[in-house]
Amino acid sequence: MSNFFDIRARKAAAAENGGSSKATKPTENNRLQPWVEKYRPKSLDDVTSQDHTITVLRRTLQSANLPHMLFYGPPGTGKTSTVLALAKQLYGPELIKTRVLELNASDERGISIVREKVKDFARMQLSNPPAGPAGEEYRRKYPCPPYKIIILDEADSMTQDAQSALRRTMETYSKITRFCLICNYVTRIIDPLASRCSKFRFKSLGDGNAQKRLEDIAKLENVRMEDGVVETLIKCAEGDLRKAITFLQSAARLVGAQALEAKKDKDAMEVDEEGDGKRITVRSVEEIAGVIPENTIDRLLQAVQPSGKGAQYERVAPVIADMVAEGWSATQVVNQLYDKIVMNDSIENKQKNRIVMSFSEADKRLVDGADEHLTILDLSLQVAGALAGS
Amino acid sequence: MALLVDKHRPRSLEALSYHHTLSDRLRSLAQSGDFPHLLIYGPSGAGKKTRITATLRALYGPGVEKIKIDSRVFQTTSNRKLEFNIVSSNYHLEITPSDVGNYDRVVVQDLLKEVAQTQQVDLAAKQRFKVVVINEADHLTRDAQAALRRTMEKYSPNLRLILLANSTSNIIAPIRSRTLLVRVAAPTEEEICDVLKKVGKKEGYKENAELEKRIAKESGRNLRRALLMFEAVHAQNEQVNEKTPIPPPDWEALIAQIADDIIAEHTPARILQVRAKLYDLLTHCIPATTILKTLTFKLMPKIDDALKSEVVKWSAFYEHRIRMGSKVIFHLEAFVAKFMRVSEAHLMGMDFDDDF
Ligand SMILES: Nc1ncnc2c1ncn2[C@@H]1O[C@H](COP(=O)(O)OP(=O)(O)OP(=O)(O)O)[C@@H](O)[C@H]1O
Ligand SMILES: [Mg+2]
Repeated sequence: MSNFFDIRARKAAAAENGGSSKATKPTENNRLQPWVEKYRPKSLDDVTSQDHTITVLRRTLQSANLPHMLFYGPPGTGKTSTVLALAKQLYGPELIKTRVLELNASDERGISIVREKVKDFARMQLSNPPAGPAGEEYRRKYPCPPYKIIILDEADSMTQDAQSALRRTMETYSKITRFCLICNYVTRIIDPLASRCSKFRFKSLGDGNAQKRLEDIAKLENVRMEDGVVETLIKCAEGDLRKAITFLQSAARLVGAQALEAKKDKDAMEVDEEGDGKRITVRSVEEIAGVIPENTIDRLLQAVQPSGKGAQYERVAPVIADMVAEGWSATQVVNQLYDKIVMNDSIENKQKNRIVMSFSEADKRLVDGADEHLTILDLSLQVAGALAGS
Repeated sequence: MALLVDKHRPRSLEALSYHHTLSDRLRSLAQSGDFPHLLIYGPSGAGKKTRITATLRALYGPGVEKIKIDSRVFQTTSNRKLEFNIVSSNYHLEITPSDVGNYDRVVVQDLLKEVAQTQQVDLAAKQRFKVVVINEADHLTRDAQAALRRTMEKYSPNLRLILLANSTSNIIAPIRSRTLLVRVAAPTEEEICDVLKKVGKKEGYKENAELEKRIAKESGRNLRRALLMFEAVHAQNEQVNEKTPIPPPDWEALIAQIADDIIAEHTPARILQVRAKLYDLLTHCIPATTILKTLTFKLMPKIDDALKSEVVKWSAFYEHRIRMGSKVIFHLEAFVAKFMRVSEAHLMGMDFDDDF
């Protein structure tokens, strides 16, 4: 009986460890998970677009000698996934429970707590793989190096004090622990900590590999897309693969819903399987991503142009009021307006110089939480003023 | 007696009267089983909350409407005790963390983990996860938002979040990356008219399309305001016709008065008078931003075209200061003073000079 379980466990482990570059096949059990979790990379090979980092990490996996590490980069680029995959490959499904401690921003991380938790964990005796032949087998598959890993995810939200306290702790237990710090903004990590770590930068995902990953997921989930959808997903997600996958999933839901409606309507009539209604469209992705439609932005652009008709304010204010009522995010308005104006060659450089300063101010105010309506109204009027040369 | 706003609130997605595509979308998400974390955003009075309540019903059935309110005590690291209200049903929780200001992180950390680690009590529940609705999510501190990040991933089998916000600008990128963004636009004036017509019929009001149109326009596409005005008009008049005046709320009337005051006279004595009125508004809990914005938009139709951009500029400038500073009255007053100076300069035919 126990043997039976062993084989199953190992098979499962091997499957998880199997270095396929494709996303794993969905099983009934995780069918209802959000896709971002369902397709979280299970091994280092599954991590796309971070080739340099992965090559280096794979090497450390072979030598089983890990430095302290600092992963940094924008959201949704695979930092957490990578460290979890690495830990899994180092220790296997059993040992990982006792050898890895994960602390993140949802845990209380004041100085004393970090010190204590880390201390308690570091002091615990090293667990070992099971004895006997099963253990040997386990060891062959997983290196199980003689130290523990402490993951401090989202470390940029730790206070400076907690970080400096960590310095000593890192040194004290350096023989038996390795730290992996993860953050979005490397500058938020104090120098003495950062300098103790090997740094790994995670890039925004803009390349073909990320596209491939999205296409693979779409295939596994049986969703079809019209041309250009993958590119739009990547563009709207701004290099954040998690966002791209979430967009893809909800766009797929949307299409599914429409297909259902169509079936209800036609009922007995034959539903055209290849019908375009069942494909994800570029516009539906944009809508999900909160991208403002071209004609809405054009309306604003027209309003800020100097023209004989009516006073500036009277032209601009109603357009802005509509945009606010439509619920478009002010940041989105600012970004899209900026692109349009900076790309426009017919605007003189002198005017552009004035205009970019207004954009800088507006961006700062929005981040500070200033009122969106007033901020974009003011910005648009300033742009209009600059264009009119007043 | 319940206000009209609450009395005729639609309870299911099917009953919602506008944004039908959005309702369809929410329904298909609710039925899919892999419901994502949501970030619902849009102007206030657009019906975000109503839509979410209806979505919850689509997720769990009418059981979610049986709610209770508990008061819980949380302890901060510095041993301060915080009292905090939680609205909950068997299937979901609703919280407003901004109630506890800068301590919101503690609440978010403790409460969400607790929810995430307990299984659904009702074994017959339609979903395995519980939903936590977070009101005013755009007022969450950065710390509190950071605390949500990994929780949202790690506990996703047991927990879904629905964040409600007026805008996404103040939501940090890692959270935006973990949620599906859903924009709820304000209803158009025609859509508001439709709602008024329906509600009026249920209340036995005599229909008057012209009046309803005026209310819709006056409301600035805010359905809640429109319904309040609709109720007020009918409460105050036995008979209504297309010309029946729509009484503005008291505070708005007072701000209109301030606008007239500061246009009429540009003197220190006038500033003093206006100060008293501003204080009056603040003590009645009208947010400083609302005061400044309303004042600005009341001034606009009454001032010279050439002045308008300049006044908006200073309004935006001082609103930002209200947000960053600590004494809101300073910045309101500064705006008033600035307005007077700018107008005065304009009357004398001078150029605006930022620091004279
Ligand atoms: N490089 C990648 N390769 C494959 N999938 C990825 C990659 N990056 C992100 N993903 C997808 O996005 C999800 C989130 O990634 P992950 O949690 O690793 O991001 P992160 O870098 O830790 O982000 P954050 O800074 O917001 O914590 C994963 O579950 C996976 O589906
Ligand atoms: Mg992460």
